[in-house]
Amino acid sequence: MSFLDYLLGRRRNTAEVAKERLQIILAHEHSSRNAPDYLPALQQEILAVVAKYIRIDLEDIRVNLEREGDYEVLELNIPLSEDSKGTTIRATTRR
Amino acid sequence: MITSGKGGVGKTTTSASFAVGLALRGHKTAVVDFDIGLRNLDLIMGCERRVVYDFVSVINEDARLNQALIRDKRVDHLYVLPASQTRDKDVLTLEGVDRVFRELQQDLGFEYIVCDSPAGIEKGARMALYFADEAIVVTNPEISSVRDSDRILGILSAKSRRAVESMDPVKSHLLVTRYNPERVELGEMLSVEHVKDFLGIPVIGVVPESESVLNASNVGTPVILDEKSQAGVAYSDMVDRFLGENRPLRFVTSERRGILRRLFGS
Repeated sequence: MSFLDYLLGRRRNTAEVAKERLQIILAHEHSSRNAPDYLPALQQEILAVVAKYIRIDLEDIRVNLEREGDYEVLELNIPLSEDSKGTTIRATTRR
Repeated sequence: MITSGKGGVGKTTTSASFAVGLALRGHKTAVVDFDIGLRNLDLIMGCERRVVYDFVSVINEDARLNQALIRDKRVDHLYVLPASQTRDKDVLTLEGVDRVFRELQQDLGFEYIVCDSPAGIEKGARMALYFADEAIVVTNPEISSVRDSDRILGILSAKSRRAVESMDPVKSHLLVTRYNPERVELGEMLSVEHVKDFLGIPVIGVVPESESVLNASNVGTPVILDEKSQAGVAYSDMVDRFLGENRPLRFVTSERRGILRRLFGS
């Protein structure tokens, strides 16, 4: 950045922005890296079943796969309606 | 194995120069193009008119390996195995590739097999990385390239033979290409340290953005043979580091800029 840019307040460090964006996206991708290949399909099918009975907004659903000792926990968090806090379906499998 | 995930970052340029560098230092080296259907290594190596048989014809046993290998006319100990131009991507099989690699190592005495991976994470790329002992991850200091390199490192640690058979992991090295130290200093480009921190693997080289790379590919001479160019020197250093020599990084800081350019920008 030149001195003139500095005087005119044209401060922009795009590399810094790139760094921040990368940090976020890589952290997200690392958390799903070890998830099994069938997870997206499983998620879709469970949601299809729930959606048959309850009106849900697909945007608000979070799916988590975590490891707790010998167990793998698949957690789906689905807000059922605006006034409820949501419901959680937990499926646990022993490895 | 030379990989990157993203296309156009310099895998083939790197494969060609790396193989030439190994051969120049006396190691019998084969450089293999895994980009079935879109071969380009032959052009960068300048041997496109000498291609008769290819990798796929050897796998299909239509040709013998030594019929398909093209001996380089400039450098001793260097051979090119071109990819085929077939549109069928399923011609590569693990058994077939394994057989060709064994023959290269055991019967023909090759010390290094440099695999030029195609872009992407499809079959060709997975074939190229499966057998890797070491990987050179070519990355531009640019966010999509860093992300794709990160994905490739994930696949290497899960799907390579070394991972599948619980051997020591593939040794990965970071090669940053198209580096522009001026833009890094202006805050317009990720620095080599940042890229390294994101990917978590040691740096084996930094190749500056250089006109000589296009000039070299225009004429089919790997840029490492252009000893006057910064890119050529950077590749030479990288080969030395790969072979265990200690070479400090060059071309990572900008040359002094004049006072007027400093004041008014460039």
